[in-house]
Amino acid sequence: MRDHTPFVRTAGLAAVALSLAGCGHAVLDPAGDVALQQRDIIFISTGLMLLIIVPVMILIVLFAWRYRKGNDAATYDPHFEHSTSLELVIWSAPLAIIIALGALTWSSTHLLDPFRPLDRVSAGKPVDHAQKPLHIQVVALDWKWLFIYPEQGIATVNELALPVDRQVRFDITSSNMMNSFYAPTLAGMVYAMPGMQSTLHAVLNKPGTYEGMSANYSGAGFSDMRFKLRGLSDKDFEAWVARVKTSNRTLAAADYLKLEKPSEKVAPIGFTSVQADLFDRVVNRCVAPDTPCMRDIMAHDRMAEGQSPHAMPPMLPMPAAGHDTPPPPGGKPKGALFKNKDEIAPQPNIDKPRGPAPGKTDPDSPRNRDMSLLLPAAPARG
Amino acid sequence: MLTTIFGRLSLESFPIHEPIVLGTFIGVAILGVALLGAVTYFRLWGYLWSEWFTSVDHKKIGIMYMILGIVMLLRGFADALMMRLQQAIAFGGSDGYLNAHHYDQIFSAHGTIMIFFVAIPLVVGIINYVMPLQIGARDVAFPFLNNLSFWLTVAGAALVMVSLFVGEFSRAGWLNYVPVANLQNSPDTGPDYYLWALQIAGIGTLLSGINMVVTLLKMRAPGMSMMKMPVFCWTALCSNVLVIAIFPVLTAAFAMLMLDRYVGTDFFTNDLGGNPMMYWNLVWIWGHPEVYVLVLPVFGIFSEITSTFSGKPLFGYSSMVYATVVITILSFLVWLHHFFTMGSGASVNSFFGIATMVISIPTGAKIFNWLFTMYRGRIRFELPMMWVVAFLLTFTVGGMTGVLLAVPPADFVLHNSLFLVAHFHNVIIGGVVFGLFAGMTYWFPKAFGFRLDPFWGKVSFWGWVIGYWVAWTPIYVVGLMGTTRRVRHFDDPSLQIWFVIALIGAAIILVGILAFIIQIAVSIKNREALRDTTGDPWDARTLEWSISSPPPAYNFAFTPIVHTLDTWHDMKERGAKTPASGYRAIHMPRNTGAGVILSGLALALGFAMVWYIWWLAAVSAVGLFVVAIGHTFNYNRDYHIPADEVAAGEAARLAVEG
Amino acid sequence: MTTHADTDIDRDAFYVTEEEHHDADGATALGFWIYLMSDALIFATLFAAYGVLGTSYAGGPAPRQIFELPLVALNTTFLLLSSITFGMAAIDSHAGKVRSTQVWLVITALFGIAFVGVELHEFAGLIAEGATPQRSAFLSAFFTLVGTHGLHVSFGLVWIAVMLVQIGQRGLIPANKRRLMCLGMFWHLLDVVWIGVFTFVYLLGVVR
Repeated sequence: MRDHTPFVRTAGLAAVALSLAGCGHAVLDPAGDVALQQRDIIFISTGLMLLIIVPVMILIVLFAWRYRKGNDAATYDPHFEHSTSLELVIWSAPLAIIIALGALTWSSTHLLDPFRPLDRVSAGKPVDHAQKPLHIQVVALDWKWLFIYPEQGIATVNELALPVDRQVRFDITSSNMMNSFYAPTLAGMVYAMPGMQSTLHAVLNKPGTYEGMSANYSGAGFSDMRFKLRGLSDKDFEAWVARVKTSNRTLAAADYLKLEKPSEKVAPIGFTSVQADLFDRVVNRCVAPDTPCMRDIMAHDRMAEGQSPHAMPPMLPMPAAGHDTPPPPGGKPKGALFKNKDEIAPQPNIDKPRGPAPGKTDPDSPRNRDMSLLLPAAPARG
Repeated sequence: MLTTIFGRLSLESFPIHEPIVLGTFIGVAILGVALLGAVTYFRLWGYLWSEWFTSVDHKKIGIMYMILGIVMLLRGFADALMMRLQQAIAFGGSDGYLNAHHYDQIFSAHGTIMIFFVAIPLVVGIINYVMPLQIGARDVAFPFLNNLSFWLTVAGAALVMVSLFVGEFSRAGWLNYVPVANLQNSPDTGPDYYLWALQIAGIGTLLSGINMVVTLLKMRAPGMSMMKMPVFCWTALCSNVLVIAIFPVLTAAFAMLMLDRYVGTDFFTNDLGGNPMMYWNLVWIWGHPEVYVLVLPVFGIFSEITSTFSGKPLFGYSSMVYATVVITILSFLVWLHHFFTMGSGASVNSFFGIATMVISIPTGAKIFNWLFTMYRGRIRFELPMMWVVAFLLTFTVGGMTGVLLAVPPADFVLHNSLFLVAHFHNVIIGGVVFGLFAGMTYWFPKAFGFRLDPFWGKVSFWGWVIGYWVAWTPIYVVGLMGTTRRVRHFDDPSLQIWFVIALIGAAIILVGILAFIIQIAVSIKNREALRDTTGDPWDARTLEWSISSPPPAYNFAFTPIVHTLDTWHDMKERGAKTPASGYRAIHMPRNTGAGVILSGLALALGFAMVWYIWWLAAVSAVGLFVVAIGHTFNYNRDYHIPADEVAAGEAARLAVEG
Repeated sequence: MTTHADTDIDRDAFYVTEEEHHDADGATALGFWIYLMSDALIFATLFAAYGVLGTSYAGGPAPRQIFELPLVALNTTFLLLSSITFGMAAIDSHAGKVRSTQVWLVITALFGIAFVGVELHEFAGLIAEGATPQRSAFLSAFFTLVGTHGLHVSFGLVWIAVMLVQIGQRGLIPANKRRLMCLGMFWHLLDVVWIGVFTFVYLLGVVR
């Protein structure tokens, strides 16, 4: 029985894959310096590993062929089961590769840490330290992206414009779901998490229009949670900002709370002005009026630790005991076991077609929040 | 009133408006009625109940695990085909044929089923069947627990299957991620089905793990020191040690999510101090070692097969054992590589990245060991050995892409991409699935006394191998183009061709699966021609081949004494003969229906909790307690097979072997 | 481990032909021990969750404001004493004294009931104050960790009751001795876990 065909196929497909490297798609042909360096790491690591993978695959095919039963020319040694020198080699060969790869990993991980400001905007072109990085605040909403430009005082939904060759600092958070902010051509992805702020430093080097998306599944509208990334020259960027400023929409807390409601396939929106502390309030989960900010709650918590018993009243009112307590802050639903009889309603199948969610006519309806509902392509414009 | 009786279950909960689900339901119902009718018509209920369902024989339980795994494979693969079809047609404004809710359920169910109800049952089944035979034992340490473990796994699988037709399954991914699975975001039954199914099945897996470890440590034949255990037993030991160490973490994590959903606690909520990232950490502390729970025994299978068909002892046995142990330990130190992009900081990421790469050293050593087992061998390319070569070539590629993903800067662009999806299918199909098929082909004659038909086996082999490469190479490619996972439809039309190729690949794999089913049917039909009377059809080297096929209930009339590795080979070389007289009565565990009943009650409890049917939940919980306590009052758990019965059986065997 | 060393074995003997003995006790003890370790891992996970969430009061009460150390100290005493009395039961069971084994088991159970009772009283007080498991992540983790331990003790109480009946029916036969040994390991482990709860949850919580 011959069995070398899988190898031929593998090699063929590997060649196809490598030839793709040239044909221009985000990860392998990026437009941003960070993504470019990350691509180079992919190439270097793959090359290092091929040093051992290729010989091994050749040996597999060779041995399988040579020592097949029909081949009487090959030596048969039924007692060859141990060889100290050979075993030294088979442990140290992968070890050597991993040492090299480990060194590369350590240095490149630190160098390309998304929290770390960049050293260069492209190969041979260091960052101009006189110029502050462009600051952009990113909020993952259900299911669209909100980009706030605090210096320009504008905001956009599902459209991100960057001046080329200028370092950008993204501060990233999420309103509810865990998403991942990913523009493959620009830089690697970073998770957007509710109540937390993560950071990404990146730079775009080539003008053009690119794709961005959420890379982490976040519910029904996830597949359409995409945005356009525009690389613009400084002049075009100014023009773009000016154009957004004409949009006549503002983004204050109340507008944000409307925008935050789940919606999908949202077309780009621009906002002329943004409430200054909006992002901060999103991170601290206190955009809605009368909700305490997480920062203040944590400060209160730290103070509570040192207090003598019962010396300090709790910051938020304690719910009374018993079944009929009002829902705790944040609109958290009651646990199933604590639901009253009349709160357990027959549950229609999730796939069941039904009318649209009440939406704006009843903004507080739980069905708007309920992921079980697909809004029929209702754009959440402002 | 109705909600008191039925909780939130109502006629509306059934997906009768979904033609796909409805069609499936009708198909399953017809098949099920036909099957039940046939069993009734042929009066098999009594036989099945007393000989199989209540059996505590590790061999029968092993076979039942395999059947469960294969049935669930069909379900999981149907999900895979539906996803492939959706992604192949949903381009350029087309939404495909699945809406988001349906599609999200399918990818969640596919992963859950394939790992928990296909891979685990198949691996546990092979361990169950083979391991006690390899160590010369008559059963496992706790035969009743073994039966209970199996039926709990079945109960979990049944709950997942029920979710197809009653209500809906989770749409939160195969690990039921929060915040998607939080009560606030998914108030429906999906995550509850997931949690109850996996808690019930997880207890079964944990008990089975304890059982196997004690069996391996306590019940080895005289003379079999640890370093004389067959490699498969070593890998089974490490795999089950991992099970014991990780499943409690998963149980606790799921329990906390259950409390969040049922009591309203704040473990993984976004507000009131909850921490969704903790869930991610906990499930991946389980999740990464789980990979090795599955793949280590498969490495053992490959080791046994390579050695047998090369006509040589395994090269570097002790380094193989050390490699297995090292992998076991290291597997706990790498979970964070599943979310480098969460922003843990460069040093933490580097640590976990390098720890991950280090695992490739013992794994690489294993590849070399198989390689040098073939070296200077005389390789018979029977089907199991063909699987080995296909595995070696496929798995090395998967290993390479895995190490690539362990480099954090590379992972930042490849994480959550289809490249990652292609990678883990590369190691799971190319490693675990190929190994399970190799193992099934290898040990089938031991279990049933006849070989599997080689022609259909080869069709199945080529279907899987070619299908794998055709299906997954394009997915690697689109991953490198920046396409991410769990996406339902695409904009970029240039990607479509790759997904169409992947769909074709999936269809080729389907041919492989169907050929496997046909292979079993054809083999049963031609069993007389394929009959093996020797008990050792492959000229193999370990103890399971020293007894008849299929083995008697008591496995060994005389417990073998072990002098060396590859004991059976040693016995054959030195002309050992089984004594033909002097039989003694053999002490065996008695069958019991308690496992079936307990699992049935667990299933009822799970279903009741999913639908908030509190009275049924209370009744089944009390029932569970009563039956479990009642079972402890049964002291009459063993019996003896009389010596003359053993003698008669052995005489019949010797007569056949001639 | 196997009882035969290599040297004991005749190189040319391939099968055991004499009577074999079974080591059911050893296997059960090892199996139950491993089960306890897995149970300990569940507690470890809950401890870890408490470690992560234990300072997230969400503006609600902090440990110092709700823990009543004297009550907990009393509870700790109950549980420690129950371990001692269980030890007495174990000693008597080895001596084959059925009656006094049962008496010590009853005393152990009484301590256990007292423990669970005090714990329920503590929980009821907290919930009446509004410090419910739903109030904050800290309280969720606290109730779950302590409650899981309490559930284990309650389960142990049921087991003791069953054991009392079985010893009453069949006396101290080997099977019952084996079960008593498992029950003992279970009961003592709960003690060990409680020491952890007492130290890390209550003492550290009040010091903080």
